[in-house]
Amino acid sequence: MAVSTKTTTDEFIKGLWKDNPVFVQVLGMCPALAVSNTARNALAMGLATAFVLVMSNMVVSSLRSFIPKEVRIATYILVIATFVTLVDYVIQAISLDLYKALGAFISLIVVNCLILGRAEAFASKNTIARSTMDGLGMGVGFAFALFSIGAVREIFGAGSLFGVSLFHDAFQDWVVMVLPSGGFFTLAGWLLLFNWIKQRKAQRERAATLSLTEEAAR
Amino acid sequence: MSRALPASPAPTSTWHMYRAMVGVGVCCGLLIVGVFQATRPVIERNKAEALQSAIFQVLPDATASTTFRLRDSGDFAPVDGSAAGGDGEPLVYAGYDDDQKLVGLAVEAQGMGYQDVIRLIYGYSFADEAIIGTQVLESKETPGLGDKIETDPGFLENFERLDVSLAQDQSSLAHPIVPVRHGNKTQPWEVDGITGATISSEAIANILNQSAQQWIPRIQRNLQDFQGGE
Repeated sequence: MAVSTKTTTDEFIKGLWKDNPVFVQVLGMCPALAVSNTARNALAMGLATAFVLVMSNMVVSSLRSFIPKEVRIATYILVIATFVTLVDYVIQAISLDLYKALGAFISLIVVNCLILGRAEAFASKNTIARSTMDGLGMGVGFAFALFSIGAVREIFGAGSLFGVSLFHDAFQDWVVMVLPSGGFFTLAGWLLLFNWIKQRKAQRERAATLSLTEEAAR
Repeated sequence: MSRALPASPAPTSTWHMYRAMVGVGVCCGLLIVGVFQATRPVIERNKAEALQSAIFQVLPDATASTTFRLRDSGDFAPVDGSAAGGDGEPLVYAGYDDDQKLVGLAVEAQGMGYQDVIRLIYGYSFADEAIIGTQVLESKETPGLGDKIETDPGFLENFERLDVSLAQDQSSLAHPIVPVRHGNKTQPWEVDGITGATISSEAIANILNQSAQQWIPRIQRNLQDFQGGE
């Protein structure tokens, strides 16, 4: 397996950029679009998901030889649901306002395909250290992506960032950005940017190899 | 099809499956119960604090409050513990100033908004016979549109002095609270709506009307129950 040649740091970094859960894998779209209307909500949701992801990856990886494959999905969901319930209580204890804003979406982390996907595709086949780093990388990548969407939507839709007003009073809020359609627009914008960067990089690499072969031919 | 399919691995014994699921289930259950027990006092304190601050928000002159419960006999009795707050319990919160003088009552009300139930608390002033403040406790109104019921300064001005004086027979409001279109407010019992949040702003007016019609005659009838309640 190619994965085995990677260091644990590679496992962390891949989730941030190359395999970013939202911008590259396009996973976990429900929270990415629904809870990203302000930077604060997006970041809180991202961090809550990251915590669940790291913990479930750790537990699933450490129990990988104990869980028979016939009941693996049910067991993974049990583990994930437990950590989501814990996050739910902890957020209520930290801030009721935040809990009010995130509402029903906290419980829905259970069915976020990203978490079950990492448990099934990665943690059930890799060591604890590797799985933890994978979860951390994917989680931070997810939180970063949600924050990117949330920040853009809040800046245009409410003229503020983390509740701090950015523009003159004359700024007319672009309300569509905080509505669900704004989520799709912003996500599309980011995907466009990411794909453009990726394409440009590939083109440059192609051009470099081409000039190298030309030089060798001369 | 000459080659035989590879033999499938031997099925796992039922015991192993039970062991994994029950084992993980028991551990998860214990973890949840532990964290629930640890966070419950904090969560309850947060809720009580949020309610307490909402009471002082809608009754700006109050410095202390006592919770009263509506008894089956139709009068009010104080409840032990400040701002107890229970689901569906008929509670009102009396606010007192530094001289132990009753300044008003905070009442919780709820009703259907655009997306879901809106829960709010409003302050009733005896001196003004008016609603002198509201605060939304819970709402899932559309961000950017419906949630203006919490932030729009023009809309909140409605509740600085919303007339809820009683009719001659003391059994209902002299004028029901009615929502009007933005800019058409002419009477002190009308609620000026928000453009772009018509349903949410009308919902607030209707919730207040329903609750005031039900509570304010009762409160006025039993005014002596709240005097010097501290």
